[in-house]
Amino acid sequence: MFSLREVKFKDVLDIDKLELSAEQVSCIVGPSGGGKTTLLKLLNNLVSVDQGQVLYQNKDVEAWDPIELRRKIIMLSQQPITFSNTIQEELEIAFKMICEDAPKKEQLIKILDQMQLNKKLSTKVERLSGGEKQRLSLARGLLLNPEVLLLDEPSSALDRDTEELVIKQLVKYAQKNNITLVMVTHSLNIAHQFGDEIIEIKGGKIAN
Amino acid sequence: MKEIMDLQLYQLVAAYVFILILLAIVKLRKMDHEKEIIIATIRMTIQLVLVGYLLNYIFQQNNYLFTIVVIFIMEVFAVYNIYQRVNSKINFKLKRVIAVSMFSGTLISILFFLLVVINLEPWYYSRYFIPISGMLIGNSMTGISLGVQRLISGVKENRDQIEAALMLGVTPKQATKDIVNQAFSSAILPTVNSMMGMGIIFLPGMMTGQILSGVSPLLAIRYQIAIMMGIAGSVSLTIVIFIYLGYRTFFNERAQLNIK
Repeated sequence: MFSLREVKFKDVLDIDKLELSAEQVSCIVGPSGGGKTTLLKLLNNLVSVDQGQVLYQNKDVEAWDPIELRRKIIMLSQQPITFSNTIQEELEIAFKMICEDAPKKEQLIKILDQMQLNKKLSTKVERLSGGEKQRLSLARGLLLNPEVLLLDEPSSALDRDTEELVIKQLVKYAQKNNITLVMVTHSLNIAHQFGDEIIEIKGGKIAN
Repeated sequence: MKEIMDLQLYQLVAAYVFILILLAIVKLRKMDHEKEIIIATIRMTIQLVLVGYLLNYIFQQNNYLFTIVVIFIMEVFAVYNIYQRVNSKINFKLKRVIAVSMFSGTLISILFFLLVVINLEPWYYSRYFIPISGMLIGNSMTGISLGVQRLISGVKENRDQIEAALMLGVTPKQATKDIVNQAFSSAILPTVNSMMGMGIIFLPGMMTGQILSGVSPLLAIRYQIAIMMGIAGSVSLTIVIFIYLGYRTFFNERAQLNIK
């Protein structure tokens, strides 16, 4: 699905070769500042390589229309960013921004339930904790039904029990809907438990 | 009763008493602004005397080349003034957009106002062309300065939010929609607010000037209403062009945010 060839990005990343498979869970682990987030941004074409190539479905990401590419490959940042007043508006906002019809209420409630966020749709987003916002942001990403979901520490604000539960549900949802997951995680436990492949990045290079 | 009361030189000198009072107050209160007040007074006097003679000469000549040159100089100074007024650093692309929007927005408005609304004959009649253009350019300059400031700070302050929207496949246009709307509002609001208070809280300068020079208040308000429409139109057009082109300078052709 993704192939990286002799990729260089500033002093941050230097990857000779990397393949990420479709419809699998790829976990990226490694110390802070190693280039994990930058790797996700390269896959989403939020930044461009200085040298080398990033291919998605055998086509250079630079050859894709960036908006079309990002609608297929959605990325969620580590700090959950919200745009709206209420949970319902937050789940619908991305559809409004990309000018598509938002899903029905039942679907919104269902996805919140799957992400272990038991709140009413009318709940104010500002009242949610960091962990709840993170789950809301995951739900918002899944609703967009991407081909690939790039997640930067999706459970960093969750306690260990909730973390496992949420990732489990996330992986289940992704498998059921043929979504490829590429997940940066600080937790080796999560990586070993859910990752079909584990990539370790240290100092901008693949370590394993 | 005389229609126009002449202002003799000794009467003008008497007006400087107000500055002396101001200087006395500042000195008594030890506010340390005497130098600035004196320089400002001298500068204002010299600048106005020079511009008075210059305009007098230009109006007498009434040559279309003079009119065009004066308008061009006013535009250049207005653009330069915007660069100076904005606190943030402006990159070359944004500077170019500011210049293009100022020139195109104000010139279209000036030509429409003078040739269609006022129906100026001849089209370059400098007594009308220059002061009216000055008002449209000056107000557009103030509006666009506020809009530029708001747009730059909006994009910088909301960088994470814009990037998060891009990550979801949202276009740069949609990702900056709210910021662009806020920039438009901050640019146009001073004009709208001044329209609100006009005639009650204050009498506008142009109208006061016309009344003092013997024009009937009824004709003066007609001109004032028309000029306010022209100003609102010029500010809006300038800021719309600026915003339409300006938000794009924060992104590259790959729809990536390129601010530091």
